[in-house]
Amino acid sequence: MSQYRLEVRVKPRPGLLDPQGKAIHHSLNSLGWEGVNDVRVGKAIYIDIDAESADAALEAADAMCRKLLANPVTEDFEVSMVGTPEKTDS
Amino acid sequence: MKVAVITFPGSNCDYDLFKAAQQVGGDTTFVWHRERGLKNYDVVLLPGGFSYGDYLRAGAIARMSPIMEDVIAFANSGGPVLGVCNGFQILCESGLLPGALMHNDSLKFESKDVLLRVERADTLFTSDYDPGQILRIPIAHGEGNYGADTETLATLEAEGRVVFRYVNAAGETSEEANPNGSWQNIAGITNEAGNVLGMMPHPERAMEELLGSTDGVALFTSMVASLQTS
Repeated sequence: MSQYRLEVRVKPRPGLLDPQGKAIHHSLNSLGWEGVNDVRVGKAIYIDIDAESADAALEAADAMCRKLLANPVTEDFEVSMVGTPEKTDS
Repeated sequence: MKVAVITFPGSNCDYDLFKAAQQVGGDTTFVWHRERGLKNYDVVLLPGGFSYGDYLRAGAIARMSPIMEDVIAFANSGGPVLGVCNGFQILCESGLLPGALMHNDSLKFESKDVLLRVERADTLFTSDYDPGQILRIPIAHGEGNYGADTETLATLEAEGRVVFRYVNAAGETSEEANPNGSWQNIAGITNEAGNVLGMMPHPERAMEELLGSTDGVALFTSMVASLQTS
């Protein structure tokens, strides 16, 4: 078993209204960043996991997304390996 | 009528639902989300609130509660299940109802009375209403913007599973009457079998004249009537 740290990015599906993004967009415009054309807000979820291999860890995270972390009706997700807990906990 | 009101950590309309069910003669019990077994009940109610603080997504964590396995089994065996507000969100997350409830397009938490049109008066939840009847019922939600993929929405309409829509005083589904951006002004839908109803408005808060409306009463008396005839 090895330890892995995964990053799961969950984001609103294209075309769906993202009220948080819209509010931030307005705020950025009013602060003077007039060139900002769009803002979308997703979330990043960091998971430390014990797994047999990197592939097994990624596979588990994919299943977690389908079961709980993302709602397929409204959200897309991406999973990536960001290292091991030891390396990133400095 | 034996009624179970499921209580999750963060539910806050459980007492209102409890009292509404009692008002129509229901023998009502609170069932904590970690309990198991719903075989002895005739009706299951999922209350509004902010289960698990709406962490991750509204209803997403509550849907994993132990009791939800029993709620799903109860629903699949034909038992009547009503989910109001957060209860509707939990029903969507659990897959008992299709689609999802997104953030209101107003970007605001909407707490006010709305007008609903009864689209179907032949469900076990609405038989004591007249078709097309206009109801005044309160809403209080930040995530009530109902949507689904195009195919699902077409199916809902084709099968007549939209039970309530937001309307104006003339009974029309105008954009102004839509408090949250829901597709086609949808306020409540049923599953394919018709025994699971999810709705954002709160009928349990429209049970007494003193509180502004009694338009919710018929929803609960309809359930009583359906059990007496079945």
